[in-house]
Amino acid sequence: MLQDCVNYIQNNYSQIAVQILDHARISLLALLAASVIGIFFGYLASISGKGERWIMGVFQVLRVIPSLAILVLLIPVMGVGTKPAVTALTILAIPPVLMNTCVGFLEVPPFMVESGKGIGMTDRELLMHVRFPLALPMILSGIRSALVEVIASATLAAKIGAGGLGEIIFTGLGLNRADLLLIGGVLVGALSLLSLAVFDLIRRLLMPYRYRKKG
Amino acid sequence: MTAIEYQEVCKRFDGNSAYSVDHVSAQIEQGEFITILGSSGCGKTTLLKMTNRLIDPTEGRIVLFGEDISTVDPVVVRRRMGYVIQQIGLLPHMTVEENISIIPKLMKQDKAKIRDRARDLLSMVELDPDTYGSRYPSELSGGQQQRVGLARALMPDPKIMLLDEPFGAIDAITRVNLQNELLRIHSQTKKTFLLVTHDINEAMKLGTRVMVMNGGRLLQFDTPKNIIRHPADPFVEALIQSVLEQREFWEGVEDD
Repeated sequence: MLQDCVNYIQNNYSQIAVQILDHARISLLALLAASVIGIFFGYLASISGKGERWIMGVFQVLRVIPSLAILVLLIPVMGVGTKPAVTALTILAIPPVLMNTCVGFLEVPPFMVESGKGIGMTDRELLMHVRFPLALPMILSGIRSALVEVIASATLAAKIGAGGLGEIIFTGLGLNRADLLLIGGVLVGALSLLSLAVFDLIRRLLMPYRYRKKG
Repeated sequence: MTAIEYQEVCKRFDGNSAYSVDHVSAQIEQGEFITILGSSGCGKTTLLKMTNRLIDPTEGRIVLFGEDISTVDPVVVRRRMGYVIQQIGLLPHMTVEENISIIPKLMKQDKAKIRDRARDLLSMVELDPDTYGSRYPSELSGGQQQRVGLARALMPDPKIMLLDEPFGAIDAITRVNLQNELLRIHSQTKKTFLLVTHDINEAMKLGTRVMVMNGGRLLQFDTPKNIIRHPADPFVEALIQSVLEQREFWEGVEDD
């Protein structure tokens, strides 16, 4: 079994490298798009009062639809390949980003805003220097959970010809080969862990104040 | 010179029939240390916030150095004044020095000058700039944080300082130290201080004159001595009586 795995990797390493890169590329694109859309609508939801429920509701409904269903539903509209895959993954990744962004902005303590206002910040400066930085930890943890979901679900992209590590897994399923399933599964897991590590490093650089020791 | 003039200032919040601030008139001269004393809901914080246009009055006028503030952009009014609140409100993602410098930085003032002034102010509030300048607020004690809050308010060299229960959340010993330093800073800088408190001892200790408020009305505005000797209202009398009772208790303990 282990020997099978080693043989497969030795014979197909360049193809595997392409699959890893495709997987990472699709995931990253979807995550970036979802972050932009999710932060934008999350902020809108936080300042819109009653509108908050509508925006949250729409994306909650989207979340209920399984990613596989979205993928298949997109084929008649967008065809096959990378585009529908990224679109489906983006739809999947928006809700956690959006909801965390909304909560993050709503939970900024009123006195922080008042003190910024009191020393003479304009509304724009309050957003840039008080509201957004204080909501950032929540926003980033939303993006983090989206990241995990996207990398796992990007496996499905292979179903519609977008490449990625799903190809190895679906081939393994088709040929009933456990070695391929193992390689595919381990690689998706490793990619997920690696990207979480990179993400946490970026988060540390963005918010050094949260990681300093007291005293 | 008159620094602040309240002319028949009223505030009624939406949906309220009663005035939160009820026809308050007062004149405050430059360099005075005014304390506003009253229990919660008496309108003292509302009066303070109307002074830097965080709240606008329903009726009446507020004139600062001869200028009606309703004609001035709120942001400009606020940048001319220092503002300190009980919860301090330092930005957690900025160092102490960045927190102090934020407004002049946003106004694109000279960086070297900002830095020098920030360091001077840290020394003025008795925090060593080399030790504390690069720390984050979470690395400071509550008392140290409020010192930084004071330095931030002093940064634009305002003529008027507004302080809303600045030491309300600080332990008794640190509070006394900070009160003494506030008195020192006041006599060093000759600025006009306006401090809101519900603590009668603090009001009497710090104020050159004290405004006593209740139910939105200004009951008495006089020097601490005159208020204690000649309370102008049953409420003021009751306040003073409460201190005397406390004193009896302390003296009783000492005599035992």
